[in-house]
Amino acid sequence: MTTAAPRLALNAISRHFGKVSALDGASLTANRGEVHAILGENGAGKSTLMKIAYGLDQPNAGTIEIDGKRAVFRTPREAMALGIGMVQQHFALVDALTVAENVALGGTDTFDLKATATTIRRLSEASGLGLDPGARVSTLSVGAQQRLEIIKALARDAKVLILDEPTAVLSPIEAKHLLDWTRRFADAGGTVLLIAHKLREILSIADHVTVLRRGKTVLTSSARDVTEQMLADAMLGATRATSRTPNQAPARIARGTPTLILTNVATRDELGVTRITDATLSVNSGEIVGIAAIEGAGQRELLRVLAGRLVPAKGTVRLPEGVGFVPEDRHRDAIVLDATLTENLALRGAVDRRGLMPWKTLDGIANALLRIRDVRAVDEHVVMRTLSGGNQQKFVVGRELADSPAALVVENPTRGLDIRATADVHAALRAARDAGTAVVLYSSDLDEVLLLSDRVLVVAAGVVRDVGSDRDIVGLAMLDASH
Amino acid sequence: MPPLARTLRLMFVPILAISLSLIALSALLAVSGYSVTAALAALWHGAFGSWSVIASGTLVRATPLLFAGLAVAVAFRAGILNIGAEGQLLAGAAAATAVSVTISPAFGIVGSCIALMAGAAAGGMWAGIAAGLRQQFGVLEVISTIMLNVIMLHLTGLLVRGPLQESTATFPQSALIDQALRLPRIFPGTRLHAGVVLAVLSALLLAWFLRSTARGFRLRMTGANPRAAASAGGIDVARVATSAFIASGAIAGLGGAVEVTGVTYALYENLSPGYGYTAIAVALLARLNPMAAIGSAFVFGALEAGAAAMQREAQVPAGMVGVAEACVILVLLASEWIGTRARGWSTLLWGGAPPQPNLSDPAAIGELE
Repeated sequence: MTTAAPRLALNAISRHFGKVSALDGASLTANRGEVHAILGENGAGKSTLMKIAYGLDQPNAGTIEIDGKRAVFRTPREAMALGIGMVQQHFALVDALTVAENVALGGTDTFDLKATATTIRRLSEASGLGLDPGARVSTLSVGAQQRLEIIKALARDAKVLILDEPTAVLSPIEAKHLLDWTRRFADAGGTVLLIAHKLREILSIADHVTVLRRGKTVLTSSARDVTEQMLADAMLGATRATSRTPNQAPARIARGTPTLILTNVATRDELGVTRITDATLSVNSGEIVGIAAIEGAGQRELLRVLAGRLVPAKGTVRLPEGVGFVPEDRHRDAIVLDATLTENLALRGAVDRRGLMPWKTLDGIANALLRIRDVRAVDEHVVMRTLSGGNQQKFVVGRELADSPAALVVENPTRGLDIRATADVHAALRAARDAGTAVVLYSSDLDEVLLLSDRVLVVAAGVVRDVGSDRDIVGLAMLDASH
Repeated sequence: MPPLARTLRLMFVPILAISLSLIALSALLAVSGYSVTAALAALWHGAFGSWSVIASGTLVRATPLLFAGLAVAVAFRAGILNIGAEGQLLAGAAAATAVSVTISPAFGIVGSCIALMAGAAAGGMWAGIAAGLRQQFGVLEVISTIMLNVIMLHLTGLLVRGPLQESTATFPQSALIDQALRLPRIFPGTRLHAGVVLAVLSALLLAWFLRSTARGFRLRMTGANPRAAASAGGIDVARVATSAFIASGAIAGLGGAVEVTGVTYALYENLSPGYGYTAIAVALLARLNPMAAIGSAFVFGALEAGAAAMQREAQVPAGMVGVAEACVILVLLASEWIGTRARGWSTLLWGGAPPQPNLSDPAAIGELE
């Protein structure tokens, strides 16, 4: 250690995919002995920046310095050799192997299980991250698997440890233990880069905070000098986009009749972690209810319960028949790319069909749908793959609304769409609302939620709350901060 | 696009595949020191030389290939990689033989029908084992069906040396099926039997089922995108896949039953020269389309019949034709690969309008990387 040069400096990093810019001159400087939190909305570029710092991705512009020296790495192995380790959200472990074997795997020395086991015991004692070297990974809890990922990095002498949303998969008590450990690791001279969402959690542990917004660094400061409100403003943008028109009917009061009713609902995600502990809500006909939440708050499961696509772990659900659903990943969950447009139309309600398919009638309905929803396609016989993303989405929205369902649930309905297609989708949602459909809208873009919704519900900390439609209050509630 | 032009476009790759494999076969023959012209002449002669050759050779061999090809096609369409048509076909053959040598010849045509149904049921049950393992324990069907093929081959060996062995207990084969219980020959002077009609009818029925019925539609959607089928269509994809798997086995089993009651009249171990494996090539060449499978089974039937003649008349090992068959699969897979690499190519080959890459779509970016 010669100078006080920062341990890791990312300078003016840019990364673009085609025309889309993920990072646009983002910078970050992390010192020894520091827990450095990285904040930002979904898509702000946090993960991309960390992937670049770990050699998983290469920047189009910008430089990386380690201890003041210019560094270039093309693979995680090269990054690891320079003391950078990362625990990704999705662990890279071999289930069938033991803890020791997983640590030995991909090491640079000779494959020596005994020595590895000794190292693991020493590290897990020193760090307090308890792990049995002989345990099989498939028997470990998610929290223990995460500890194993950290031990793996420590065994390779990581001096900088990047943790990508580490607490998302943990119970509150496990999360506290992990954060306490990051503190000890930093106090011993290490550097922790922590991607996180929960402001209160971050301010309680971090020394330094960097906020990204749309690929740029918008705030970097000592954690002592910032408040939750300042962080929320920096993340979400302090002022609203002025070009958008506010909802035409802001003073609407809930009329209509209760259509989607959840009582004391609890849900579990794919990992078995309980996200929503107790949600009670009701959506009326003829209103758009917006869901505001940060990634991983449990809105994904909540939306699927509301759409009748997921049975909740607990609680009672009252839904009408055939709720329309527009999931965010349309290629995976909504359409069949190699089927014709008519076949994609027929997919809705396919389970209830008996006997022969009325293809003539369905062709007619599909053709009408193309006209009504302004879907640009040669005709209804072309395969879905030939349509642009915006036209596919307009088709899906049109299909889900074609039989005038009593309720419609939409998830990030305009992600990746251009302005024109976005406006068309928004118009379709408003028209459905005006026609009496109960609409539930989730968007990771808070402005879109506020723009379209008659009422906003915030999903955070396992419950659903109505905190009104004030942008700042909703923003803080999403981040589970005090207000 | 007019239907004829469309059909021609769809046939471009299959025809390319067949042509390239014949070229590869010629090259191999030349390199191995055989007379290419003599060998190919023998191949042609053995496959299409006369009406009786076409009927007794090509069509008789195309029949089990068509059944097994349909079995593979229906499974693949449902997203099930059933490599077990061979075992399912043998199961059907064994069950049909067991019924045929047990019941009284007085049953006549009714008895044949019972034997065929028993064959289909046995094939379905054999596939049902793999289907159950897949559903309950997530066992990959590619692996389980291959293993079940080997098990069925040995079970057949056991049957023809034990319970089903002919009465003199000398040869490892079953007793001959009584004349009255055999499938009728449909052209005098040839070995062509009623099974070929049954196979073509099965293809037509399956094509109609997939295209026109709600169940067929659910099967296709389940295979094309199970997540969308479940989420957008509410389809119970596990149930659809299991049913399709069992139906696939039943079709292969029916093929085996037709083979024993129409051609061999007895069960023995080497009843199938790998029909269940060649069937994968049949199904792929037909692009999993049951109607096209009729043509593709005919092509492979001709190759197999021609190979036998080539060995007889030009002393070329019949295995050489296996190389040509393998080439067909390679060319088809290569064209699929090119298709996914460069959609423009695929568009040229398969028809349809070229999709516009949409760079504002995050999903498209993933594909570009």
